[in-house]
Amino acid sequence: MYVAVKGGEAAIANAHRLLADRRRGDRTLPSITIQQVVEQLGLAVDRVMAEASLYDRELAALAVRQARGDMIEAIFILRAYRTTLPRFGYSEPVNTATMKVERRVSATYKDLPGGQLLGPTFDYTHRLLDPSLIDDAAVEEPAVKEPGEHVMRVSDILDGEGLIEGDGRMPEGHVMGDLTREPMEFPMARDLRLQALARGDEGFLLALAYSTQRGYGRTHPFVGEVRIGEVEVELDLPELGFAVSLGVVRVTECQMVNQFMGSAKQPPQFTRGYGLVFGQSERKAMSMSLVDRALRTDEFSEDIVAPAQDQEFVISHADNVQATGFVEHLKLPHYVDFQAELDLVRRMRRDYEAANSGEPTKERREAAE
Amino acid sequence: MDAKLKQESPPDTARKAGMRLLARASSEELNAAWEALADKPDVSPVRGPETGLVMVRGRIGGGGDAFNLGEATVSRATIRLSTGEIGHGQLLGTDKQRARLAAIFDALFQRNGDRATVEALHRKIASRIAAEDRRTAEETAATRVDFFTMVRGDD
Repeated sequence: MYVAVKGGEAAIANAHRLLADRRRGDRTLPSITIQQVVEQLGLAVDRVMAEASLYDRELAALAVRQARGDMIEAIFILRAYRTTLPRFGYSEPVNTATMKVERRVSATYKDLPGGQLLGPTFDYTHRLLDPSLIDDAAVEEPAVKEPGEHVMRVSDILDGEGLIEGDGRMPEGHVMGDLTREPMEFPMARDLRLQALARGDEGFLLALAYSTQRGYGRTHPFVGEVRIGEVEVELDLPELGFAVSLGVVRVTECQMVNQFMGSAKQPPQFTRGYGLVFGQSERKAMSMSLVDRALRTDEFSEDIVAPAQDQEFVISHADNVQATGFVEHLKLPHYVDFQAELDLVRRMRRDYEAANSGEPTKERREAAE
Repeated sequence: MDAKLKQESPPDTARKAGMRLLARASSEELNAAWEALADKPDVSPVRGPETGLVMVRGRIGGGGDAFNLGEATVSRATIRLSTGEIGHGQLLGTDKQRARLAAIFDALFQRNGDRATVEALHRKIASRIAAEDRRTAEETAATRVDFFTMVRGDD
């Protein structure tokens, strides 16, 4: 029997009203503005943009505020918003070699053109809580120095010796995929995997990247370089016949360099994993590059022995909007499903008790007859 | 793909450079330039202003084949001046008014009498961006590591 139930409208309306109240909090305190979130919680904004797969700092800040700081909720809201907009087109690929670099470090070369530029990093801080922030103490202006030479890409340096594989090429005739237009299919090509990883959950990718370091699909990684800065986005305008700049976006790029012993087909060389993420998001870009390399098992004839190497496992579970949807739906009414299960368990329990008391069950009696 | 093969003519290059700057103009810069126009042009909309998405692409390994990185909001507008020039404005973000003004100045750039005015606006935007970039580069340069070698032991 199926009984449709209705109700709860008033409860839902009041719950949302209560949510709005709790979101606002103590009314004697000033409300935070979107610009304040953009300026002072910038890395939260960046994470929401990256995982919502939508670059717009103001909208991401609005989502953070609306979600009361719940990152996945904010990502969900921004992801939902993007479905309301038409797609104008595809940009020209951004050129990270001409990035306006705000940070660049390499763990493989000490002295390299452009140098080690620490930028606004948490590295080397002591991770001690800073009570001066409570009183909003004045902050010093940044130090300045004469800028040095062009910040050369580390992969170009290594490339000169032929000991490192080149930038990634897809097989001849490959048509670039777009996850937002086609359903996921496995095996998935590297371009699509990178799109999925770029918007994948930072925590999930971090854990997988960590697992490769701990031996679950070891990749022998070095950070060739991490760079953060602005790149220009250009869009081809068919009506004009040339590409025009739409402005700049800040991205984080990680070139992971991995030792490779060689195989029957390939000589020993350094292979690479690649990470590119919207905003300033170094942990995510590094994790992405480690997972990208781990997933390239088919290219290097590697056995799949660990979760991080299993593309169906990794890609199917990397999206936190999908994941939260499926996990959280469990709290929605399942009254009818549960009633059916309850009946089933009651029946099994009766049979179990009957079997243990030595009395033949109905089924056994029938079978015997 | 004819567009790709077609050589950009010098006027295209100048217009493209101007559009690049207009895309990064602030509301204040565009509004001030509009207010300063002695002769406000008659403008009719052709398309938009409207907000949509552009899929931003990256390259595998930084220089390899392209992949789709994620989308960005873009606002765009196309307008026509009463004298016939068509202007396009397109920029990141959801500010449709900025896109419309950018389109108007793109159209005015093509009109001989107004070109110098728009070029002055271009220069103003360019010098502001150059100053900002310069400042960021200087701040970044101050965080450059100077390694020094410590000699250990005696020889």
